[in-house]
Amino acid sequence: MVAADSEGPKDPGIRMFRRERSIPLQGSAAALCNNLSVLQLPARNLTLFGVVHGPSAQVLSAAPDGVPLAQRQLHVKEGAGVSAPHITQVHWCVLPFRVLLVLTSHRGIQMYESDGSIMVYWHALDSGDAPSVQAVFARGIAASGHFICVGTWSGRVLVFDIPAKGPNIVLSEELAGHQTPITDIATEPAQGQDGVADMVTADDSGSLCVWRSGPEFTLLTRIPGFGVPCSSVQLWQGIVAAGYGNGQVHLYEATTGTLNIQINAHARAICALNLAPEVGKLLSAAEDTFVHIWKLSRSPQNGCIEVEHCHSECVSDTQVCGAQFCDPSGSSFAVTGYDLTEILRFGSV
Amino acid sequence: MSVRTLPLLFLNLGGEMLYILDQRLRAQNIPGDKARKVLNDIIMTMFNRKFMEELFKPQELYSKKALRTIYDRLAHASIMRLNQASMDKLYDLMTMAFKYQVLLCPRPKDVLLVTFNHLDAIKGFIQDSPTILHQVDETFRQLTEVYGAISAGEFQLIRQTLLLFFQDLHIRVSIFLKDRVQNSNGRFVLPVSGPVPWGTEVPGLIRMFNSKGEEVKKIEFKHGGNYVTAHKEGSFELYGDRVLKLGTNMYSVSRPVETHMSGASKNLASRTQESIAPNPLAKEELNFLARLMGGMEIKKPSGPEPGFRLNLFTTDEEEEHAALSRPEELSYEVINIQATQDQQQNEELARIMGELQITEQPRQSTTKGDDLLAMMDEL
Repeated sequence: MVAADSEGPKDPGIRMFRRERSIPLQGSAAALCNNLSVLQLPARNLTLFGVVHGPSAQVLSAAPDGVPLAQRQLHVKEGAGVSAPHITQVHWCVLPFRVLLVLTSHRGIQMYESDGSIMVYWHALDSGDAPSVQAVFARGIAASGHFICVGTWSGRVLVFDIPAKGPNIVLSEELAGHQTPITDIATEPAQGQDGVADMVTADDSGSLCVWRSGPEFTLLTRIPGFGVPCSSVQLWQGIVAAGYGNGQVHLYEATTGTLNIQINAHARAICALNLAPEVGKLLSAAEDTFVHIWKLSRSPQNGCIEVEHCHSECVSDTQVCGAQFCDPSGSSFAVTGYDLTEILRFGSV
Repeated sequence: MSVRTLPLLFLNLGGEMLYILDQRLRAQNIPGDKARKVLNDIIMTMFNRKFMEELFKPQELYSKKALRTIYDRLAHASIMRLNQASMDKLYDLMTMAFKYQVLLCPRPKDVLLVTFNHLDAIKGFIQDSPTILHQVDETFRQLTEVYGAISAGEFQLIRQTLLLFFQDLHIRVSIFLKDRVQNSNGRFVLPVSGPVPWGTEVPGLIRMFNSKGEEVKKIEFKHGGNYVTAHKEGSFELYGDRVLKLGTNMYSVSRPVETHMSGASKNLASRTQESIAPNPLAKEELNFLARLMGGMEIKKPSGPEPGFRLNLFTTDEEEEHAALSRPEELSYEVINIQATQDQQQNEELARIMGELQITEQPRQSTTKGDDLLAMMDEL
């Protein structure tokens, strides 16, 4: 399973990866995008993983060598109707004073303490004005300062104000910037400003919006789509990285919305992007069974965005549905695939 | 999940069912006129106008149980009958085939081309029946009307909904194993070569632009796959070259269709939950079924038409053995329609079931001798 890097030994930062011990799952991963969330807890020598199976999601903890320790199944609240409602995403939100686990579904939004043990908040989706042909769901989760932002089927992004502790969570704002269902949301602390974050939201038509957080969120830039869903999005040092259904990764300047780089990265729809922010490594995973690792940077001369391909990994016969780095330096990553009952782990040699 | 998925699921599974029945009818040397009648009757029931109307309403997918019951009825819409073991095998083959087709679709939208491939082949089965042909064309028109306007994002949701339905199904199909499209562990082979989907570029290129949008640099990288450009898009018209081979009849070269019961599925949790679904839900499903069956009207044949039994296995012994050795977690629980408590509904359903039954045959299989005698009588 080791794939040689294309660039060879000239950059000492480039590594080769090998398969490490897999973590077994109780239920196989569903064919959703962004279907793996990882919470790194180096202080406790633990990593938490979250995977959606369908009507349930599994959160589990593992030791650094991949040995599973504890696991828990979460379900959608209030399963009324003929069939059990399905979960769309599970994601840890790291806030200044606490970590919450957020679960979105076709019913609403559930927020738990970080180990999934106690539900602290439930928000039911309002499907009032949805036409009968429209699927109603929440999807897209990110922490932005002391806010948690969640996307919906209508394109609206719900902004929840989270207190330092306790369940007194309040829906403080609804952002209108999209007309089609939200797919993903990403955030990072704003450049040179304390307590303020930048956020990028993406939707099914491929449109992106860049926001600045605050008591009221402000729309900074709008990047039009081209008819292909943008399934996953990341934000790093003012660079928006967007993965699309046609296998392309685009890198935009967040402040202006200008397209700087277009990568023909994959042969099928991209399902996940992830960043190792310490080193600017970007990971892209797609239904074509490949995971690629890229190095983002800015040119010292003109500040233009640059990218370099570092590594490609073929996960044979697996339609990848989630992929995340497992440490801030990007020296290890984990992958989930449709129908797979394990989390695959890769570490550098 | 998407409320636009059921028509695609139903039509494609139905198409696969017809491919398999056609192959078995020929393999078992059923006389041409009888075989044609069976296929015609099933297709006529499938494409019944009222049935289609019900199917195309925006709704969640039916449970696996409800869907299996519908195909059970459909397979018995004519003079042919199948034992439980053969029906189970038929359903296994249908579902694995369509799962394969959905998984390998280059674009989510290509599931529509797969559907059109099935419809094109169905029209081939009923060339000499203009009324049924018209019904199929009508369904074609409905598909184009509904799915022609759907966005790429919605097709992605439809694909995810279908894959959710097929999740954890790993039955090994001999024809797939032989063609190396399925591994011995039941997982499908996902090739990393061949044409990219229409609208996707071959991976391996990085293009850099300046602030004015002009391309300033091109870099190549090693992708790892072996892809080529797609040379043509499949046609979504009533007639046309679909380009995609998924959904065409893979049984036309007559090959025995065996399944291996891959009972060693590690995660029984999801399937067990399905089969012990609480009773309150059953009533909802019965409502759906009742409405659907209301659309499945069959004209009673004018005279006594001797039925026959189709075997999906090579011998009767094989069929008996398969019935006994089917792993517990793979048993399909067909909905027992008599179980409802609502008296009015019971009467209505009984009436519908009565219309659908052509011959009053007991559910238990008759002895081998009787079957052979019955078949010999028809020669």
